[in-house]
Amino acid sequence: MYVAVKGGERAIDAAHAWLAEARRGDAAVPELTVAQIREQMTLAVNRVMTEGSLYDPDLAALAIKQARGDMIEAVFLLRAYRTTLPRLGASLPLDTAAMTVQRRISATFKDLPGGQVLGPTFDYTHRLLDFTLMAEGEAPRAPTAPIRDEPVPHVTTLLDQDGLIEATPPGEAEPGDLTRAPLELPADRALRLQALARGDEGFLLSMAYSTQRGYGRTHAFVGELRIGLVAVELFIPELGFSVEVGEVELSECETINQFMGSKTEPPQFTRGYGLAFGQNERKALSMSLVDRALRWQELGEDDVGAPAQDEEFVLSHADNVQATGFLEHIKLPHYVDFQAELELVRRLRREALPEAAE
Amino acid sequence: MSDSPALSRKDVMGLLAKAAPDRLAMLIANLGPEPEIAWLRPPETGTVMLRGRIGATGAPFNLGEMTVTRCVLRLPGGKVGHAHVQGRDKAHARRAALVDALWQADPQGIETAILAPLRDDTEAARRARAARAAATRVDFFTLVRGEDE
Repeated sequence: MYVAVKGGERAIDAAHAWLAEARRGDAAVPELTVAQIREQMTLAVNRVMTEGSLYDPDLAALAIKQARGDMIEAVFLLRAYRTTLPRLGASLPLDTAAMTVQRRISATFKDLPGGQVLGPTFDYTHRLLDFTLMAEGEAPRAPTAPIRDEPVPHVTTLLDQDGLIEATPPGEAEPGDLTRAPLELPADRALRLQALARGDEGFLLSMAYSTQRGYGRTHAFVGELRIGLVAVELFIPELGFSVEVGEVELSECETINQFMGSKTEPPQFTRGYGLAFGQNERKALSMSLVDRALRWQELGEDDVGAPAQDEEFVLSHADNVQATGFLEHIKLPHYVDFQAELELVRRLRREALPEAAE
Repeated sequence: MSDSPALSRKDVMGLLAKAAPDRLAMLIANLGPEPEIAWLRPPETGTVMLRGRIGATGAPFNLGEMTVTRCVLRLPGGKVGHAHVQGRDKAHARRAALVDALWQADPQGIETAILAPLRDDTEAARRARAARAAATRVDFFTLVRGEDE
């Protein structure tokens, strides 16, 4: 017999009311505005947009506020909101070569067209707590220098010209979309990149780090990391032409990896690719290392059994909303399941210890 | 002061979409009372899937979505204005579509009153970022080590 149980509504309502009070914190402290989060917690906003797979800084800031700073909860909120919106179309592929860069560095070439531009980076800071930030002060201003309007070509195009790096096969094939059709394995590289782009930064960081420590080593150099604004262009069928609808900030990373050659290819460098919303360089970097590690089969490398080479393992566990949903559901009532387990263990014990039962 | 190139409608729509909403609203207010408009498609917010390219130049892949608001309206004179703008600001989409329609009726007037100031803003914002980036550009220099002496 199954007996449905109701109840707990009053307790749930009270819990949510307390959540709202706890979210606000000490009422004597001024309340955070969504605009403050958007402008001053920008990297958190970028992470929520990237893993929430929706570029909208205001919504991401709202989600962070609502989630009390719990990033995965904020990602979950953004994903849920996204499902309420109609899909109006797909952009033309973003032209990252035309990015107006605010940061662009290469670890492989010192001198390169467009130069090494550090941008607003934590690199080279001393990681000492800055107590002046606890005091209210004037808004700092960055120095400026004369603008050099020159093209900033991708670093890999320099190697490409000499055939020293694998060519990226061009194509215009309609890419698969895992938000429309469930991910099936094996997945092509376009689908893998979509899954990695939405994937949890911490998970991808650990996967990428594991390849550096020898679990599927690919010996990556950062050929280029660039961050800046890219125009979004959308084809409008009723007008018959495409228009720019806005601009997004992107972080793009291309790694240059060793490759000893195969039966069909001479030795040359290979590539890993990472792309993320906003300034989000740890994510872009991690993504490009994992992308490269997952390409072992295509490049004729050995399967050394490393986790980062295992497409099913990586792609099935990278999504933090899926992961947290399944993990956290075990907090919910499992009274009937557990009752069955309890009965089973009692019966097994009776059978194993007949004399004790008597 | 910008020069006044002959803009295509594509350029105009792109400029309007990327304009700061408050600034566009102010420039439209300067034109005087707004004409009565008829909605052919009232503002609607949805998403556009942003596509990247594998290795920056290869086949497309789906990166993630972006919010976009679109609308279509008609002026009393019959000109039809379209807008697709980033974000969820329906008033901004309406203003962009309105100016798109007004521009078709009076390109020179709208160029002077709205498009030129917007282009100046866009250029100023671009230069402000580029000047900050330029200040963080690394100038390598080599120290003379004197090992040969």
